[in-house]
Parts: sequence; structure tokens; C-alpha cells
Amino acid sequence: MLDFPRWKRIWLWVLTLAAVAAAIPSLVLHNGGRWPAQLPDPVVNLGLDLAGGSRILLEADPRQVAQQRLETMEEGVRDALRQAEPRIRIGEMSSAGGRLSFMLDDPSQVDAARDLIEPLTTGAGLSGQRDWTIEVLDGTRFVLTQTQAGLAVAVDQAMDSAKDVIDRRVDALGTREPTIIREGETRISVEVPGLDDPEALKELLGQTANLEFKLVDQTALPADVAQGIAPPGSEIVPYAEGTDFAGTSIAVKRLGGIRGDSLTNAQQSFDPQTNEPVVNITFDPVGGRRFAQLTSENVGKPFAIILDGKVLSAPNINEPIFGGTAQISGNFTTETANQLAISLRSGALPVDLTVIQQGTVGPELGADSIRKGVIAMLVGALAVIVLMTVTYGRFGIYANIALVINVLMLVGIMSLMNSTLTLPGLAGFVLTIGAAVDANVLIYERIREERKKGRRVIAAVENGYKEASRAIYDANVTNFIAGVLLFLFGSGPVRGFAIVLIIGLFTSVFTGVTLTRMWVAGYLRRARPTDLHI
Amino acid sequence: MRLLKLVPDNTNIHFLKWRIPFYVVSLLLIAASITLVFTKGLNLGVDFVGGQQIQVTFTERNEAPMAELRERIGALGYGEPVIQSTDAANAVNIRYRMPPEVQDDPAASEAMTSEVITTITDNFADARIDDLSAVSGKVSEELFSTAMYALLFAMIAISIYIWVRFEWQFGVGALFALFHDVVLTVGMFALFQFEFDLKIIAAILTIIGYSLNDTIVIYDRIRENLKKYRKMPVPELLDLSVNETLSRTVMTSVTLLAVLVALLLLGPASLFGFTAAITLGIFVGTYSSVYMAAPILIWLGVTSDSFVPTESAADRQERVAKGEA
Repeated sequence: MLDFPRWKRIWLWVLTLAAVAAAIPSLVLHNGGRWPAQLPDPVVNLGLDLAGGSRILLEADPRQVAQQRLETMEEGVRDALRQAEPRIRIGEMSSAGGRLSFMLDDPSQVDAARDLIEPLTTGAGLSGQRDWTIEVLDGTRFVLTQTQAGLAVAVDQAMDSAKDVIDRRVDALGTREPTIIREGETRISVEVPGLDDPEALKELLGQTANLEFKLVDQTALPADVAQGIAPPGSEIVPYAEGTDFAGTSIAVKRLGGIRGDSLTNAQQSFDPQTNEPVVNITFDPVGGRRFAQLTSENVGKPFAIILDGKVLSAPNINEPIFGGTAQISGNFTTETANQLAISLRSGALPVDLTVIQQGTVGPELGADSIRKGVIAMLVGALAVIVLMTVTYGRFGIYANIALVINVLMLVGIMSLMNSTLTLPGLAGFVLTIGAAVDANVLIYERIREERKKGRRVIAAVENGYKEASRAIYDANVTNFIAGVLLFLFGSGPVRGFAIVLIIGLFTSVFTGVTLTRMWVAGYLRRARPTDLHI
Repeated sequence: MRLLKLVPDNTNIHFLKWRIPFYVVSLLLIAASITLVFTKGLNLGVDFVGGQQIQVTFTERNEAPMAELRERIGALGYGEPVIQSTDAANAVNIRYRMPPEVQDDPAASEAMTSEVITTITDNFADARIDDLSAVSGKVSEELFSTAMYALLFAMIAISIYIWVRFEWQFGVGALFALFHDVVLTVGMFALFQFEFDLKIIAAILTIIGYSLNDTIVIYDRIRENLKKYRKMPVPELLDLSVNETLSRTVMTSVTLLAVLVALLLLGPASLFGFTAAITLGIFVGTYSSVYMAAPILIWLGVTSDSFVPTESAADRQERVAKGEA
């Protein structure tokens, strides 16, 4: 136990000094100092509650969800009736007023039609309500209306998946410990500590990234299109800003396109011919098959690549595309192409989100908390240091040095992991100081006991470390379990606390047990004491 | 220099002599805590009930007009707001709950927010809104349930670990001691009506961790002594184990209390409730390790044979097979 060969000593010191050195940039930078740019600068981030940071609140419009459901239902009803045997023919479909209504050509097919449409609705809520009500007026006119309960469920689902998408996007930004929570029915709040420019975040999250491939309606007259009049079954879509045809619009067929939500990958890259930034996308097998079908059935015709309701380009289909991959160009810069790739990779937002509130939390309050927390930490540490010194003498001083190294290592490792220090995390620091010496207390008390029992110096120290380490191990494992659960279930600031607690467990065992053992062993070897003053 | 000893050598305090009265007291306290939580209720923070929190600084005053604020906002008819002072004397933290029907309606909650803010800014010209946060009922329900799961899972996971490392009686003992600590701490929050929010859950999980440190140290010594003194009656052996580890228990609690008191007196005001909960928990946890976790071993029938390796079926087969061969 007390045998520390040279290589082991060197190794332990290297490890210690490396972790302590990693703390230096954080200490320098957070005290207003400057850090040379050419040196590596791992740094502890301060949470929103300490450093301030950006917070944005996004809101979705439930009417948009209603509109989407209407379109889905329209397509569903058309498909069902067309595939019916015998086929059920209907007149023009109207979706005015948020309701879907259409007339059957043959009134005798009402029951058959109802049987086909009913399975398209699902239950909503606990009351046994459906998400759509189906009425038949005058024996031939079907009217499908969305129920409130059905819409509420749909909005809820849309927001849940919007939150997942935002999680992935913010993750891809590489920001640290963002807090993303749903607020109320239609809002999502995103907090990114330390980010003083919310604009990039706003742009990334404001982009719905709804990619669509739709066939261009070549029957539309240019004059009509310019006036915003679309032929039946088509819609007018404007070109995106920055593209060659910005300011003009084209007509595309409303149905029969492909949505970009069936992608497995999207990467920013460069066009081999023009060297222009582009985004390469890869469809999943189903999407790939549909894309192959669409392109092979429409060779020679143009199709529009539409992002968030704006046309990026409308190239001609020169040949069927079977590989399941496609390239999107649209006058991107490397940055916008990369942003689009991230957005496409993380999936489209099921609804458009608008930023309704953005703000940066002021740093004054946090600065005050840091100052008070650091003072409390210093006073607490001083009390512990005095207590340990008067109680265990030389051994207490070893424990104290270990304590100081422990705090520095904790800062160092948190810097290397780029973790975030929050206000409760600051409390975690102070607590770690109080708890870290527990291992030393356990060991030293055991050594005292062993000496009382009459063991000789070396044996007493050896036994002290050996017998105490069992309890130290168990205690740290259980604390680790509590810490991990705190991390898993906690959010925001509480997570910051859990991180400090968990890293603190490792550093305090290392400094409090391993390092002090090395020093005690060195002392015993050098001084060869016949009695221990402990 | 003579070194300090907080606890004299060779103490021989009969801790467990009083185990039954202490258990009765503790069980009564647990019952009282549960009753308090159900009758008086917890002063749940915005995290858990949903509602809004506004921080206001009165730039031209030395002291915030607490009474007037309370009256003005109370007059809006949304119930009594909770108004707490912050680090600065001229700044306050105002919390109020939102009626459930308002929480579920963004437009209504928006209207309520602006109503409260105009009430403040109209009546106090120097009021500056520093921070505004709202948590909806749905989010708060989610936060509350995950927090409860965290507590529950932590207690169960830790007990299973103790069971694996020691014996099942020790696992049950640790679980009971943890239950005791958690319930008493929560009861204390119900009694004093301190704000109970997410940070307090973190505090309770921390208490669980530290209380277990004490329990494990004592259990470890009990295990060691059970192997060493095979003939000693169990109550006597438990007393011996507690006495042997007493100086460590006291010393560690003192170092922890030193930093906690520093944090309580000098630390940021927003951490007060959190630190107070942990401080309280250190006392409760140390007590429960001695008086809850140890005596339960007697009643659960721990004996000096508990740690003698028992012959497993496989071993027996092997022995029988060898004997026959």
C-alpha cells in the first residue's frame, strides 16, 4: 500500500499537474485577465444564472397545424375514394373555413363512402371523441370538421416533435448545456448560457426546414401566375430571396410531390462543376423509391425544390434518379448551406416557429452571486483547513494540500469537459470542500485506532488506508448513483450541480486517498518516525 | 503541539439503549411530517405549480415597498402573491400562481402577465422589471413527476447497491433511514412553509448521498466487527461499532457544517433555501444513521453468522461428488 516507485510518483504528479494546469485559463479569464490566443484555452462555462446568456421563446400557430391536417385529410379522402371498389366519384373538394366538404356524384354511395372515411379519423382525448366529425348534409354532401380535442392532440404531438428537432439542432451547434423546455401548449423556450449573440440561434431555430419536391405546373399561364392565380390543383410559390428568379413565382402541383422528411442524411458540400456550396441529401429507402418513381415518370419536365414555401430552384429532370441521393443548390454561402444541412439532418419542424420573446439575462445578478459564493467557499475552506490542521497535525496539512489541489482539479476537469457552472453548481463546489476531507478523516481516525491498539507506525498507516478504503469506496459509489440520477432527471441549473458533484467524487478520492497516501509514504520513508503525531 | 480531539478516546456511550424511545419519536415525527404535508401542504415554487415570477428593482428607493405591492397585486384577484426580498433591499421577487384555466390558455396568461406588470409600473414609477419567467402547468407537472421519480429511483438504486455489498437487512435499514431523512426534510418544509422547488429536490438528493456516507461507515464497521467478535451480542456490537466510528462521524459533520454555515451566512441569498435544506439534512442524516439504520439490524435478525459464507448448492454438489470419489 505504501510502496510508491518512482514511475508511479511521476505519473501521479503529471496527472495532477495536467488537471490543475487545465484550470488556469478559467481562473485567468473569469477574473478579467487575458489569455494568449495561441495557447489552448479549455474553460468552464458559466450558466445563465451566473453569466447571463440568451433565452428565446418560440411559438407555433395552432392554425397552421389545423391547415396541415386539413391537407392530409384531403389527400387521404381522395386516395380512399379513388381506390374504392367500385370507385366513388366526387365533385370538387372545398376546404374553406377549415372544413372539408365535397359532394358525391352518386348519392347511393353515401354509406360506402362513410365506411371508407371513418377509419381515417382517430380517437382524441379520454372522452371518446374523435378528431374529426363527419356529417352528411342533404344526403350527398360530406362535411368533415376538426374537433377541438383532435386539434389539441395534434398540436401537442407537433410541439413534442418540434422540441426534439430543436434539441437536435441546438446539439449540432455544439453549444453547451442548453435548456430546452416546452412552455404551455404552443411554446418552446430555449436557453443557451454564455451565448451573447442570439441571432445565429434565432436563425437556426426559426428555419422550419420543410423541404418539398413538387412538379411544376406547365399548363399555368405566365400572366395568371404573375397575378397569383393558380390553375385548379396547383398553387403559386414564390422564388426564395437571393436566387436568380427572386421576386417571381411559379405554379406547382399541390399534390403528388415528395416531402423532405424522409431523409437519412444531409451534408454541406461543393458542386464539382461550379464549385458553388450545395447540400447533398440522401433519402431513406421509401423516400428514395418515391423519388425514383417521381423522376422516372416525369423525365424532361421541371420540378421545383421548395424550402419553407420558397422555391430554391426548378431544374429539369434530365434522367431518372435512382441512387436515392440528390443535390440542392440555391445560391448558398458555405454557412447557409451548412445551416440548411444541419436543419435537414435534424428533421423539419412540424410547424413554423416564430420567436416571440428573446432576451439576454443580465450578468450583474450573477456576478454578485459568484462573488458571494466564492467568499463563502474561501471562508468555509479556511475553517476546514484550520480544523484539519489542529486535529491531525502534519497529516491534516497533507489533507489540506489535497483539498486545494482537489478544487483546482475540479475546475480543470470541468474546463476540459467544457461543462457549465451554475449557481447550485457553485454550492456543489462549497459542499465538495466540506465532504472531500471525509475520506481523510476516515483514514486518519483509523490510523489513530490502529496506533491505540499498539500497531507499529508503518502497519498502522497501512491498515488505516486499507480498512478505510472499503467504506470510502461504498460511500462514493452510492453518492455517484445519487449524482447520476440527479443529472438524468434534473434540468438546467440542477444538472450543473450534479456535474460538479460527480466530478468532485472522482477528484476527491484521487486527491484525498491516492495523493495523501503518496505523501504520507514519502514522509515515512524519509523521516522513519517511531511515533505518529496524529 | 497537542492535537485536537473532538471526541475523547474510547467512548462507550450506550446509544442503542434508547433505541425504542428514539424509534417511537422518529416514527411519530414521520407521521407528523406526512400529516403536515397533506394538511398544511408544501409552498411549491413556480417550478412545480406553474405560475409566474417577476423580479423588480425599485431604482429610486432604498427599500422595496413590500406591503403596498402585496396589496396592489392581491387586489387583482389572483390570490395572494408571494413577495420575497432579494440580495438588494430595493429589489423583490414576486411569485404568483396562475389559475389552471389561465395556464392552459396562452392568450389569457399573456393578458394576466401584462395586467400584473402594468399594475406594478403604473403604481411605482421607478420600477424596473429585471426578470420575468413563467412556467406553465403542464411543464410544472412534468418537472414535479420527474423529480419524484429521481428521488424514488435514487433511494431504490442505493438500497440495492447496499444489499449487494452487504446483506439484505442492511439494504432495508439504509432504505428506511433514507425514507426517514427525506420525509423529515420535506415535513420541515411543510412546517416552515419554505419555498419548495427543483433546487430543494437537488438538496434532498444530496442529503441522501451524505446521510448514506454515515450509514455506510457504521455498517462497514458493523460488518467488520461481526466477523471479528463472533460471540458478542448484537446490540452490544452495534454500540461498539457506533462508538468506534463516533470521532469520524463528528469530525466529518463538523467540516460539512463549517462550509454550510459559511454558505448560509455569506453565500448568495438565492441559495439560502437550498443550503438550509442540506444543513438540516446533515443533522437528520447523522441521527438516522445511528438511531434508524443501526437498530433496525437487530429487529431484522442480523447475527454474527450473516457474513459467514454459506455453502451454495453448487459447492455442496462438488463436495458430495468429491467425497464419493
